[in-house]
Amino acid sequence: MTSPVTEAHSAQSRAGVEVRLQGLRRQYGQVVALDGLDLTIGPGELVALLGPSGCGKTTTLRLLAGLEDADNGTITVGGKDITHQSASKRDMGMVFQAYSLFPHMTVRENVAFGLRLRRISRAERDRRALEMLELVGLSTQAGRYAHQISGGQQQRVALARALAIQPQVLLLDEPLSALDAKVRAQLRDQIRRIQLEVGITTLFVTHDQEEALAIADRVGVMQDGRIEQLGPPTAIYSRPATAFVAEFVGLTNRLVGTVSGSSVTVRGRDLPLVDLSTPPGPVTALVRPEAVTLASDSSGGSGPLTGTVIAITFLGATSRVTVDLGDTTILAQLATSDATALSAGSRVTLTIRPDPVLVSGAPAVTEE
Amino acid sequence: MAAVAPQAFEALTQPATVPRRSMRAGRRRRLNIFRYLVFTLFGLFFLLPLAAMVRFSLEGTKAGSWSVAAWTQIVSYPNLLGAIEITLELAVLTCAVIGVLVVPTLIWIRLRVRWISRAVEFLCLLPLTIPAIVLVVGLAPIYNRIRAHISLSALQLFWAYAILALPYAYRALIAGLDAIDTKTLSEAARSLGAGWFTVIWRVVVPNMWPAILNAMILTSALVLGEFTVALLLLYTNLQTSLYYISRETANAGVLFSTSAAALLFAFVLLMILSLAGRRRGHR
Repeated sequence: MTSPVTEAHSAQSRAGVEVRLQGLRRQYGQVVALDGLDLTIGPGELVALLGPSGCGKTTTLRLLAGLEDADNGTITVGGKDITHQSASKRDMGMVFQAYSLFPHMTVRENVAFGLRLRRISRAERDRRALEMLELVGLSTQAGRYAHQISGGQQQRVALARALAIQPQVLLLDEPLSALDAKVRAQLRDQIRRIQLEVGITTLFVTHDQEEALAIADRVGVMQDGRIEQLGPPTAIYSRPATAFVAEFVGLTNRLVGTVSGSSVTVRGRDLPLVDLSTPPGPVTALVRPEAVTLASDSSGGSGPLTGTVIAITFLGATSRVTVDLGDTTILAQLATSDATALSAGSRVTLTIRPDPVLVSGAPAVTEE
Repeated sequence: MAAVAPQAFEALTQPATVPRRSMRAGRRRRLNIFRYLVFTLFGLFFLLPLAAMVRFSLEGTKAGSWSVAAWTQIVSYPNLLGAIEITLELAVLTCAVIGVLVVPTLIWIRLRVRWISRAVEFLCLLPLTIPAIVLVVGLAPIYNRIRAHISLSALQLFWAYAILALPYAYRALIAGLDAIDTKTLSEAARSLGAGWFTVIWRVVVPNMWPAILNAMILTSALVLGEFTVALLLLYTNLQTSLYYISRETANAGVLFSTSAAALLFAFVLLMILSLAGRRRGHR
């Protein structure tokens, strides 16, 4: 069986290759799916591409896999230009969003399929297929057919099949999206563990931000065929480079504020700006719910940061509280133990933690 | 409160679910009765004339007597066995043409040139709209021209039969292709290193085997029952042989015994094909 993931699995110990995408462009009719995309994935690194539907993340992965041709740009893997190489010769393992096991083959035959194409002896491919199935914890299911195992197991077999050929690069195209929440979380962790153990360079495409932030060394947030920001998950979340990234990754309160100097004044509080070059004037400040804390207000006072709780959403360890401030509503994310003291209708006082905030231009004028 | 809640829940849900379950069972029973009724009616519609035909062929010369003479006489016709043989060969050849030409073509169109599928569908379904007699008018000069130089056996009919079988084979094969995710399966295979031939032969074909079998059964059924084209192009197959036998014999019983035998023959053959295919599918 596999060994647990330890700190020893550092970037230095990985044996993957570097993947470099330069100026990739792909157009479908009038629609530009990729608009000069540049991306470099380090050896053994796992990069997740995150973005809304139609942003070009799957197109990027398909171009890298060779399943589609780029209109412009180059793809190099381990220093070798593979832009015009056919998919069957690219040496990449891929796990698809849809269940892709060959229905007429057993689990073992599926995993051994790529090895058979490489003319590896029957004994050797059986040995390696079982080894891969052990890696994903499915060696007992080797004799079963795809329709006899669950969706989560099918995706694990697909992962074993992709890894069995010992590819240079592993491509994961939303492999967890068809699974239920619990299986998804388990398989996500398993993919990460195996990726670290094998040390393979991996591109993971997803629209699920939690998935991307949990699994990746670096996350690339995409919009309109371009990468808006590429960086470690913590940087993407806590220091978004653009308003789009801030709003796409995590929840964001949009609060009216005024920029002056290096800070923005939001409801009487001065908050530091991420982008110090922001010109002075009215803006919409983007404040994370976890930067907002609440305290019961028994005095019955009023002020810009005093409001009434209108809803509490239990999320497990944390709870999300919606507070009506009179002219707007604000979301606060608290530890559930703190949120239990509150109830709908109770008056609260808000505090906004002075984290650096992004602003997104002038606030929209709302009609009363 | 906690103890009361589940009971209250049960009380609320039970009256709602029990009638729903019985309603569903009642509907299923009614549906089954309807199904059996329709099956029986259609069965009688098809089987009664056949039973009458068999009964007539077994009647003796005297009223109320029974005889198998009309059945034993079938084998006494010298050309009949040859006609059966040629018809079987025609069925095999036509199936081979469908298997070799149509199956890979449709898979290739599905995988690589999907934009052409409408035009191909139109072409494949076209023979349905052309009466056999019109087809013969078109084919006769071609066959005559070839016959002027080479003597052609009835096996040459397979080209005409392949055209006639095209719409049925096409529908069966397309249904099979629609039933599998060819795009994902082929992409998965290609990412593992498979070329296009391997994708078609090792991945797509095995998964559409039931559809291929259906196409073969329909093609065989068409060839076994084909009469017009063979007769008008002056070739002899099973159906034209039966027609000649019926014209030559004075015994009406032979006419019916040969027709029943031909039907039985086709039925048994198609059953064998179907069973063989099912066994392969299970494997």
